[in-house]
Amino acid sequence: MTTRRLNSGGLIDRSKPISFWFDGKTYEGFEGDTLASALLANGVSIVGRSFKYHRPRGVWSAWVDEPNAIMNIRLNGKEQPNCLATTTYIEEGMAARSVNAFPTAKYDIKGGLDLFHRFLGAGFYYKTFIWPDWHLFEPAIRKMAGLGAVDREVLEDFQSAQNHAKCDVLVVGGGAAGLTAARAAAEAGKDVVLVDDQRVLGGSLYRCGATADIDPDEWVAAQKTAIENAGGRILTHTTAYGVYDHGLVALVQSQGFGRAPALWRMRAGQVIMATGALDRPITFAKNDLPGTMSLNAAGEYLARYGVMAANKPLVMRNNSHASATIENLRAAGSKVEEIDHVDGITNQGRKHTTGLRIGKDQIDADGVLVSGGLTPLVHLWRHAGGKLDWCETRQAFVPKPATDAMIAIGAANGTYDLAQAIEEAEAAGKGTPIDRPSTTYTTTLIDTKPHSKGRQWIDFQHDVTLKDIEVAARENYVSVEHLKRYTTLGMAFDQGKTSNMAGLTAMAALRGKPIPQVGTTTFRPPFVPVPLEIYHGAKTKQLWSPVKRLPLEDKHRDLDAAFCEYGGWLRPGWYGSGDRDATIQKEAKAARDTAGIFDGSTLGKIEVMGPDAEAFLNFVYYNTIKSLKPGGIRYGFMLTEGGIVYDDGVVTRVDQNRFIVSCSSSHVDGVRTHLEAWRQDGNDPDRIFVHDQTTAWATVTVTGPKARDVLSSLDTTIDLAPDAFPHMTFREGTMGAIPLRIARVSFSGDLSYEVSVPTGHAETLWNAITAAGKEQGVSPIGLEAMSILRAEKGFIIIGKDTDGETMPHDLGFTIPRAKKKAAFIGDRSLHTEKANADDRKVLVGLSVPDGEPPLATGAHAFTETPTRRSLGYVTSSYQSPNVGPIALAIIEAPHAKVGDTIKIWHKEEVREVTICDPCRFDSEGGRLHA
Amino acid sequence: MQIFTCPFCGPRDEREFHFIAEAGKTRPDTLNQISDEDWAAYLHSHRNEKGHVREIWMHTTCGELFLLERDSVTMEVLGSTALREAGQ
Ligand SMILES: [Zn+2]
Repeated sequence: MTTRRLNSGGLIDRSKPISFWFDGKTYEGFEGDTLASALLANGVSIVGRSFKYHRPRGVWSAWVDEPNAIMNIRLNGKEQPNCLATTTYIEEGMAARSVNAFPTAKYDIKGGLDLFHRFLGAGFYYKTFIWPDWHLFEPAIRKMAGLGAVDREVLEDFQSAQNHAKCDVLVVGGGAAGLTAARAAAEAGKDVVLVDDQRVLGGSLYRCGATADIDPDEWVAAQKTAIENAGGRILTHTTAYGVYDHGLVALVQSQGFGRAPALWRMRAGQVIMATGALDRPITFAKNDLPGTMSLNAAGEYLARYGVMAANKPLVMRNNSHASATIENLRAAGSKVEEIDHVDGITNQGRKHTTGLRIGKDQIDADGVLVSGGLTPLVHLWRHAGGKLDWCETRQAFVPKPATDAMIAIGAANGTYDLAQAIEEAEAAGKGTPIDRPSTTYTTTLIDTKPHSKGRQWIDFQHDVTLKDIEVAARENYVSVEHLKRYTTLGMAFDQGKTSNMAGLTAMAALRGKPIPQVGTTTFRPPFVPVPLEIYHGAKTKQLWSPVKRLPLEDKHRDLDAAFCEYGGWLRPGWYGSGDRDATIQKEAKAARDTAGIFDGSTLGKIEVMGPDAEAFLNFVYYNTIKSLKPGGIRYGFMLTEGGIVYDDGVVTRVDQNRFIVSCSSSHVDGVRTHLEAWRQDGNDPDRIFVHDQTTAWATVTVTGPKARDVLSSLDTTIDLAPDAFPHMTFREGTMGAIPLRIARVSFSGDLSYEVSVPTGHAETLWNAITAAGKEQGVSPIGLEAMSILRAEKGFIIIGKDTDGETMPHDLGFTIPRAKKKAAFIGDRSLHTEKANADDRKVLVGLSVPDGEPPLATGAHAFTETPTRRSLGYVTSSYQSPNVGPIALAIIEAPHAKVGDTIKIWHKEEVREVTICDPCRFDSEGGRLHA
Repeated sequence: MQIFTCPFCGPRDEREFHFIAEAGKTRPDTLNQISDEDWAAYLHSHRNEKGHVREIWMHTTCGELFLLERDSVTMEVLGSTALREAGQ
């Protein structure tokens, strides 16, 4: 294996050798090499196997447009799939493995697939694997078709930094045009950021920019210094991969192999797009054979890496731009022979090109370099909604004139001539853009000849050939979007950077239409693949969705509470480290036998005030609020305009113009927004005020027969006597010097008080109540026990015992629907055909035969007649220490009469249960009013 | 990611805003007879225009509703007006 590294030239550091591995063999490169340049320098020709046919493939390009050299790379115990060898800089000890090849790219046991290529044409997957079931074939196909494997171990410390920045002018691309524009803009006083995706600025300057006037190294250094002296910022290794609304540009900044790239959300006043142009492939038979490379890539390998891609190559080109590169290759000693592209040309060789055959003539060579014309890189332009023009001279889509937000310059704008590009860039940077200069560039369209012999590759990465395009055209998949999906053209992870224009050209030729009439596909972000991690950063677990924490959390921890998340709050599920279920049963029993102390601080406390508060709440609630007296409390529903139950809770009327809306713990933000929206839209916002006080007050609930005894020993100004303070009333007072509110409401069905103090005094209240409780043998209970208590009474939890169709009359609350005089949210929706239907699902209780365990929550009730279907489902189910197994369900009304039996299905098991009243405990309510 | 301007707080990231409704939709007086069709239109029919649209948004961080005018094609923001100034 001969080295193709030259003794001088390039941007690599020959004093710093680096060892790396590829497919189990060790090689040497230099600092500044990419994996691709180092492999080429070592004479490695086959770098991967193609996706569908497992054909040997070599390096095609020198940067992001590479379709073939995709690798799994391991370094320091970290492995990453889908790495492009052309954009991955080598590091000491790096181990690369070709993908789609087993065991190595050179010897691939699946290479035999290629013999069956006639069966793997366009639409193959769609046509072949539909019957009997695609899923039977999918695992095997996925295994065969993968582009690498993910290693779980990488994930732990793989976290992307999230940077937010803004600038006046963002210049994308650090070639001659970008550097010039950035300098001009910075020197004009603009806040400028220049990004370039390579390690060294300069773009194509090293390959084709050396002239008598310009030494690329010196010129680039001078521009860089000038930009930075004028206050501009430069980010290398950074790709602008998406342009979004209002000037947001997403940048991905590489942090080296194995480290998560950083995301920059750059808000730019103006984007100057200087992204350059790509070289197109030429379509001819076996044009995918290793050793066949983009001419411009060969120029890049020479100029940036001191690597000679081929010593005696044949060159096919159709454009004037190629001349400079050909000259440079010759000057470096390559024996370039130019030949014309003619029909019937065929690549020779099996694993590497040995030359071309034209008719009967065989021309030997060690490489084939092709240049099918330049394609401006307009991806970002299209992301921003910019339009394109077809340019006949350039045979390419070029940006239409600029908007204020975005301007294209240099090769990205079809301005390929260096002097013109610099002039255009200077003007754009100064804010006085000029029209696109007329070009000296010439090119001829290489006519794709349909039905010619041999397989001619259009999309190297997805193995799409000219024949596939012919099949698509024949079967009338002629729209570009259909062509793409039918053949998978341009749908590999290079997203058609090399193949789209070739595909369009072929379709245009097949249909006998000009290219612009065939159209072009949509360009969507990201321009290069980015790991999903980039959007994620530190926003994970608690930082992604922070739990709300109780003011009394430390107190609960002192009691060894088991904390669980309930509706966004971290709350005690039960207390103590004993067996979970036994503990919960014990707490639920104690609360009925004596009492329980419960942290209810999470309950909503939204104050609604003002002269129109009463009318407003009367409109917001299903239930009538108008008749509620000061000091009174009422249970009610809020509905959506669709009549669906949105929230339940109690409303307290503190005085004539002041209410407290106590909505569900998990619903406070939603209810506040709901109230605000209605307050401001349709009401006089100066006569109603909504103020969320939920976290300003801490609440401790005491529930059970001994609740009054516990509270009586507290030093408060509030009279707890049953006559003075009946059920569903509210009192304000003090405890010592601390303001105190007590609401006598009950979620357990027992005598129950919700005692609230300003949050700062939460511990004082807790200490006082738990101390008083101790004397009565009363302990704290967690949310799990409370859930059992409320289910014993048939008290619902919205969203658990109701769903997106539940209306208040389904829950037995029928009176306002029939009788309420005032308008309220959702009122009209309660009288539609659907709302009046007699088969609506209604809330019921379910009773299991003696000795049987509780039902499974979520289990469906069903009927067999006339055919098997669901009648509803179990919404809550518990083992109660007080009444045995209990369950709530919503069941279609004709099947939900108390006393009926119904079948419940769960995991193949069928059980017969009896419909009963949802309330299973103290149905007369004597304990509630004790 | 768009930038909307709250009339009270100034330009902010779109993630701080919550869409409420298209402007100009009036709730029927439900104390009168309303046909199923009219009520369904109120609940579910939206103009969803292409081009210049007028919408009610809430800036969730300050809680205020305002009229946002924007272009649904170009995403250009054309103006923000406090609801009481807009006369609803
Ligand atoms: Zn605001």
